[in-house]
Amino acid sequence: MSSISNLKPETGAFFQRDREWHPAAFTPGYKTSVLRSPQKALLSLDNTLSEITGPVFGHNILGELDADLIHNFAKPGESAIGPRIIVYGRVVDERGKGVSGALLEFWQANAGGRYRHKKEGYLAALDPNFGGCGRAITDEEGNYAFRTIQPGPYPWPNGVNDWRPAHIHFSVFGHGFAQRLITQMYFEGDPMIWQCPIVKTINDPAAINGLTAALDREATIPMDSRAYKFDIVLRGRRSTMFENRMEGN
Amino acid sequence: MSQSLNRLKESASQTAGPYVHIGLTPNFAEITGVYSEDLGTRMVNDKTKGERITVKGRVLDGTGTPLRDALIEIWQADADGLYNSPSEMRGTADPNFTGWGRCPTDMDTGEFRFETIKPGRLPFKDGRPMAPHITFWVVARGINIGLHTRMYFSDEEKANGEDPILGRIEHKVRVPTLIAKRDGNTYTFDIHLQGENETVFFDI
Ligand SMILES: [Fe+3]
Repeated sequence: MSSISNLKPETGAFFQRDREWHPAAFTPGYKTSVLRSPQKALLSLDNTLSEITGPVFGHNILGELDADLIHNFAKPGESAIGPRIIVYGRVVDERGKGVSGALLEFWQANAGGRYRHKKEGYLAALDPNFGGCGRAITDEEGNYAFRTIQPGPYPWPNGVNDWRPAHIHFSVFGHGFAQRLITQMYFEGDPMIWQCPIVKTINDPAAINGLTAALDREATIPMDSRAYKFDIVLRGRRSTMFENRMEGN
Repeated sequence: MSQSLNRLKESASQTAGPYVHIGLTPNFAEITGVYSEDLGTRMVNDKTKGERITVKGRVLDGTGTPLRDALIEIWQADADGLYNSPSEMRGTADPNFTGWGRCPTDMDTGEFRFETIKPGRLPFKDGRPMAPHITFWVVARGINIGLHTRMYFSDEEKANGEDPILGRIEHKVRVPTLIAKRDGNTYTFDIHLQGENETVFFDI
């Protein structure tokens, strides 16, 4: 995190989060949320410097294969098993401005739906050449891309027969700590999206569509990889042009 | 009809799930060789200015059981109250202090631990000084949207008493949920997701 790079200062507070668009904390269909959801009202606060600022990550943290999950855990000369895909898109804010220098970290199950994790109990096989993590930093316009295999759906203990649709988890750092976001990307056309208790924590179908990546034939690499386009929207910032200056500053 | 404001909606949050460590702390999850080290592991070095402290605690569910699959990030000012961020306009923060840390809760005990420095004070929007504090962000399986809160310091009674954010908490009995207790150089900050001592979480 050494190079603070040439990002311009942005001192406006972020737009208020739409808590009806996001999932509520308490969503009994997703059983684990029942005991892990705050029950009291959140304290609403306009952003202070502590939320307007945030850490910045330089490209110097990135290794050559960080954005290539097919190879970043594989033995030399080998590769992960599964349908080869490219996931690409743009990180923008609610005003449509590209967010440059955003750190994206992603993680996923392998093509059989199995995670490489101690607590994972699904009997699908591990792929010795697939770790399941990667990261990228957006360019000046907010663009990012990575290569991976399409993850499989998997069962999970909630109802007796609940399955997660195929998905990739995303963690995003924008330019302020209040923009911090974790979400999941789903795949266009997957009928399991609409059956999933975790997806159903979101009330508005438009918000779910907003997490569903479109198959993009034009970005496909012939005889190599199909492409999915997944844009991410972070909170916008208020303009500071007419805001009161802080006293003493 | 009118022109459109052309605003987009923020991408909806989804839970970090039980395998958040694979993505955010892969070395901790025993996926080695991909990244040389997990991000946010080291906040200070030999040259960092300020008083060295340890911040530790647990995240407890509605039954009082610690979460052993949570992930915590913290964000704080340096010893002079400056943030290591391009949006910090008041000066240049200590280059030897990132201000940002990330720690998974221990898979057995549920404890998180940060080696850091005590932050300085910085102004609220109206110029009044805020008490020293650390911003927390908590994600885990079962948490649908990351939870923001703040940790304050038990040995800063006077500053805490005039802090504009703590002053906004209507039920004063809840203020202590944000105050970490000092013992030597260690502050303990338990986060209660629910129950009688539910931590005050922020919509910021
Ligand atoms: Fe998952």
